[in-house]
Parts: sequence; structure tokens; C-alpha cells
Amino acid sequence: MAERIPRVPAREQDPKVRATNFDEVCLGYDVKDAMREASRCLHCRNPRCVASCPVNIKIPQFIACVASGDFARAAAVIAEDSSLPAVCGRVCPQETQCEGSCILGVKGEPVAIGQLERFVADWNRENMAVRPSPSPSNGYRVAVIGSGPAGLACASDLAKMGYDVTVFEALHKPGGVLEYGIPEFRLPKERVVKPEIDDVRSLGVKIVTDVVAGRTVTVDSLLDREGFSAVFIGSGAGLPRFMGIPGENLNGVFSANEFLTRNNLMKAYRDDYMTPVIKGHRVVVVGGGNVAMDAARTALRLGSETTIVYRRTENELPARREEVHHAKDEGVGFMMLTNPVEILGDERGWVRSIRCIRMELGEPDASGRRSPVPVPGSEFEIETDEVIMALGTSPNPLIAGTTAGLETTRRGCIAADEDGATSRPGVFAGGDAVTGAATVILAMGAGRRAAASIDRYIRGKEEK
Amino acid sequence: MFRIVKKEKLNPVVYRMEVEAPRIAASAHPGQFLIVRTEEKGERVPLTISDYDPLKGTVTIVTQEIGASTEDICSFEEGQAFADVVGPLGMPSDFVDMEEDELAGQRYVFIAGGVGTAPVYPQVKWLHSRGVAVDVIIGAKTSELLIYREEMAGYCDNLYVCTDDGSEGFHGMVTGMLENLVLEQGKRYTRAVAIGPMVMMKFASLTARRLGLPIVVSLNTLMVDGTGMCGACRVTVGGKVRFACVEGPEFDGYEVDFDEAMRRQGMYRQEEKTAEPHVCRIDLRSGTAQE
Repeated sequence: MAERIPRVPAREQDPKVRATNFDEVCLGYDVKDAMREASRCLHCRNPRCVASCPVNIKIPQFIACVASGDFARAAAVIAEDSSLPAVCGRVCPQETQCEGSCILGVKGEPVAIGQLERFVADWNRENMAVRPSPSPSNGYRVAVIGSGPAGLACASDLAKMGYDVTVFEALHKPGGVLEYGIPEFRLPKERVVKPEIDDVRSLGVKIVTDVVAGRTVTVDSLLDREGFSAVFIGSGAGLPRFMGIPGENLNGVFSANEFLTRNNLMKAYRDDYMTPVIKGHRVVVVGGGNVAMDAARTALRLGSETTIVYRRTENELPARREEVHHAKDEGVGFMMLTNPVEILGDERGWVRSIRCIRMELGEPDASGRRSPVPVPGSEFEIETDEVIMALGTSPNPLIAGTTAGLETTRRGCIAADEDGATSRPGVFAGGDAVTGAATVILAMGAGRRAAASIDRYIRGKEEK
Repeated sequence: MFRIVKKEKLNPVVYRMEVEAPRIAASAHPGQFLIVRTEEKGERVPLTISDYDPLKGTVTIVTQEIGASTEDICSFEEGQAFADVVGPLGMPSDFVDMEEDELAGQRYVFIAGGVGTAPVYPQVKWLHSRGVAVDVIIGAKTSELLIYREEMAGYCDNLYVCTDDGSEGFHGMVTGMLENLVLEQGKRYTRAVAIGPMVMMKFASLTARRLGLPIVVSLNTLMVDGTGMCGACRVTVGGKVRFACVEGPEFDGYEVDFDEAMRRQGMYRQEEKTAEPHVCRIDLRSGTAQE
């Protein structure tokens, strides 16, 4: 048996250095690294990685191209199934998807599929090799609400089929969570997000910013007045949750959404932007997901001493392992089995401390995770002047509330089937708006499936 | 692009701009607001809609220079364009959904303070055009700072002007004027609407409660996106946390926790890139801001 090549590590900025800047943490592979890593792929006859990819990228094929040095072909292979490879190579939870099912992972380290995807996408962008171009028009117009991962994936596939697609974005920049949510140090905006969105535009997709669906336009006005044959709703899950504990409206308490939006979309961390942001001396971030890690690492970079407070143990943290390690390496403190019960303020109404209670793990709950229960009499205070709530988000009710006959679930999500069909004919939905907060790639998968069913719907109408 | 087709100076620190924004003009209702961003590095500034013309495809905003971002907006000239204008945001005023017979029985009094007079205008216009009785109280520190006198006069039954220094109209606050109308002059109103500085709306609500008059206020809270995403605008209304951007901006004045709202409104004052802390600078400016 051939000698096993160990997984090639990706270069990273030194933790001490990167904790003080907003430059990208991971530096990725160079050509040599990429070709070496690609040579590790066993090219399974039945590649489990492809089935585990929500958009089913032909992973062994593109990796074979990388191994042989044909990076342009690798890019073309990926482009068949993904419109945002430089994004996905960076933010997908590969460890639970493609890499999680890689056969090499059974005994050793799986192929670094994410790093290879990122390498190919970056190489392609820098070398302008494979450029998207518009397909011949079929004359039908489709409206896409939301320019996040779901909307962009749906729009790309529809444009490739010849549809005339207009994407409506509520904010002033397209990208959705890629722009307002994920920080620059994980996903560079100008260098990575913007060019990938420009590629979607190159397919012929029009993106109109500053249009709030449910306010500026409605699903019905798009169908009835603006002449669209179908509408896809990919409006995400943007509504922040709070704990409902006393003191949450004190000055200095923010949702992670606000804190991240100010820094990511509005670039508050840069002196040349007008956006103000509070830089606390001691910041407490409540929550354990990727958003909590993003908020904590952003606060750290703004110069704050930062601690994450989470009610279960480190094993239950919903954030990606990699993000947790990165946060720790950079100096974010972790206080596990701790749950806030009250936020206390000073005489001016600003946060002064957060009162927490120790927790212990009890019986498993519905999700299979052991549910935390408070330890009686264990309350204590953490001194802090800024609290960031990263407790998850729910879908924004703006669209459901203004579209007659559009059914929602009890959790406020838009009810849609596997193919994105909603209770209204001609209205499709996918991504976080349907599932609640999930991942970029799941939203893209939903967008692609909806594009296919929109195509079937419009062809079906045409035949009648 | 959102081109400014007309700009007027209403007083030394307040400007009116008519801006091309056809989609907003077509869908706006009284009570709603919009967000302006002047350029890439600017803030998203929430402003009330002072008028809208679906045929011309324009909306009108009235802005007071109170900080770096509003000064930036006011520095734009006719023919120039804002990078972004988003809206209409928030819920329309409650009367927009009232049945005709419910509306017919109403006698409205509007209490407008300072630059808050501008968003009162489309509400007064809307009600007046449907035959509803409307009185309007406009207040300002001094005569020079009063805005929308002539515009408002054309659409209301009675216009009452008051100034803090007595330089024009009733000498005193808008709340004093309201008490005077109800208690001294025997005016009967079924509903009040107050729009102006937070502290004015607080005292207008206290006065209205004393008079047994239901009152609606329009909260100008901090906001980033204006679509319910950030929660910067959260206010406590009737003991519950509400988002002013999507559930408001108009709420029952009796129920609003104004002290909390005022405290939260000042959260970024020290961080804002104007060095001076915010005080009402109308007095400071009126002498120097003349061009």
C-alpha cells in the first residue's frame, strides 16, 4: 500500500497578530499545497462526499483536476453546481458534510475538500480563468427576494436556464448574511464576497438593493403589477432573539446582529466610516453558536477583553470546532455551564454586571443534547460593560405578514416543501426563511431545488 | 439613484428635500419612515416621510442638522443623489386602516414639536382629505424655528402656534396649549397624535392622560437596518419589548417607557464621530449657521 501523505495544513495568521486585525485568519493553500493535498483523494467509486454536499459538487472530479494542475477545469467543474465556491470553501461546516463522510477520515484525516474548493475559487478569480456568461433568454421573469446564499443560488440556477431574474435586497449591499453577519476575518468582503456576487451578475442576474419586500414591494405586487411569473423568497432569519431577562434594555446590551451588522456591513471597525460602535472594556457574549464566536472575536479585535458565556459544556457548543479553537487561540475566554439571569445597570442606565447561575447537565432533551439545569444557590456576578446576545435568530415576519395565503409554521417560518413550494402557487421559498437559522450551504441547496421547481412550475403553466 | 429634485431651507438648521424614489412614493402611507445613506461610508439615518407623490415618483424628507450624519444629508444639493433611500419602513398610522364610519366620528388634535412637525403634515393631509376634523398645535423654541405653518394651515381646521419664548403665537409649551384648548376653550378631541422630541412626546402623553385623551406617539429610536434585524430600536411598551422599526414607529403614548427610550436614544452620543455631546443645538446654531 502506498505511503499515506498526511493532510496538508492550511497556513494561518499567528493568533497573537490576528487578534488585533480584521485580515483573514486562514491564508489557505498555495499551488504546491493544493496539488499535494489533492493527491490524497482515493477517487471512491461511490463518493460519499458528493452525497453529503447540499449542492452535490462533483468533488472527486474537481480534485482530480487540482491534482493534475488543471485549476481552470477544476473551477468549471465546481461552477456547474455552486455559484459561491470561494465563500463555501471558507464557511461551510465541511467536517459534518463532505469531509465528514470522506473515507480517509475513518482511520485518519479526511481530504481537505474545503481548502481545495477555496484554493480553486481563489485561483480562478485571481487568474480570471472561467468566467460566467449569460444564457439565451427564455422570456420569463422571476423575482428573488433576498440576496443571501439561498437567493443567489436560486438566481444563478434560474439564470443558467434562461430566466430573466431580478433579486431584491433590503439592505444597501447584496450578500445577506455573507455581508452583514460573517466577519471580514472569516470572509473578506471586497476580495471574496463581492467578486462572487459579481459572477452571479455576469450570468445576467439583476440585483436591486434598497427594496424591502413586504414594504417597498409585496409578493403580490411583484406577481400582479411587475410582471414576474414566479417569486422565490429567500429572506433568511434576521430577527434577533433576546433572553427576556431583567436589564436587557440597559445601554450596552446588544443583539449579535446589531453588533455584527455595525462592524461587517457598516464597517464600524474602520475609522473612515461614520458608523459608531461601543467598544466595552469587558465584553460578555451570551451563546455558543458560530454567531457567538464571530461576535466575541470581533469584540476582541476592537480591543475588548471578551468572555463567552454558555449554558451547556464545551462538548455541546453548536459552533464549528474550528471557530471555537480560533477564538480560544486568540484569547477569548470561555465560561461554560453558566446562564445569565439578570443584567444589572449603573445609575446612568449602562450595564455594570451580569448575574449568572451555574448549570449542570441533566437528562437529554428533544434534540438529544443533555439539557442544562440550574444549580440552586450558585448565582454570581460577572463585571461587564457590554453584553452581546447571540441566542439565534428567527425569520422576519415582514413578508409572511403581508402576503395573503402564505402559510407559516408555529415557529414563524414560511411553510414550504422539499422543493420550495409554498401554500401559494407561483411562490417558492427556501433557506433560513423556511428552516430557521442554519448554514450558508443548506440555504444554497434549498435555493437550487427551488430553482428547479420554479422551472417546472413555469413550464407547466406554459403547456396549459 | 435617488436624485434630489428640490431643496429648500426651512429654518437655519432644517432643510426640506424632494427625492426621486418611485417605488417608495408608490407604497408610502402616513406614519411611515425611510432610511437615507448619503454615500458608501455614511450611516443609515432613519427619517420620517414628510410627503410623497406617487405620480411624480418622489418622497419628501425634512432633516435637522443635529450631528455629523444629518449635517452630511443637509449638505447635499439639488441634482445630487443619495447612495441609498430605503422604505417605506414601519407600520402606517392606525387611522389608515380605519373604516369610514369610524373615521367620520373622530376629532383629531396633532401636537408637533420642532422638526417633528414635518411628519405630522402627511397625516393631517390624509385625514383632512377624508373630511376628518383636525386641529394642529405646532411648537418651537422661537418664531424663527417654526416650520410648516403655511402648508399645515391649508389642511387643518385650526392651527395653533406656540413658542417657548413667546415670539409668536401662544407663549409656552405645546402641552400648555393643549391644556388651554381643552380646559379653557372647551375643545373636544377624540384622539391626539404627538410627534417631536422624545421629551415632548413624554409630556404630551402625560397631559393627554390627564385630559382623558387617547394619544399616539411616533418614536425616533436608534436603528441600523430598519427592518427588524438589529433590535437597536427596542422599546418597552406596556411592559413588553417592541421593535419600533417594524412594530412602530407609532405606539400608544400611555404605554411607552419614555425614560428608557430617551436613555437608549443617547447610547452612541459619545461614540458618534462628532466630538461634542448632543444637546439641543438649535439655539447655538441659529446665529451661526446662516450661509
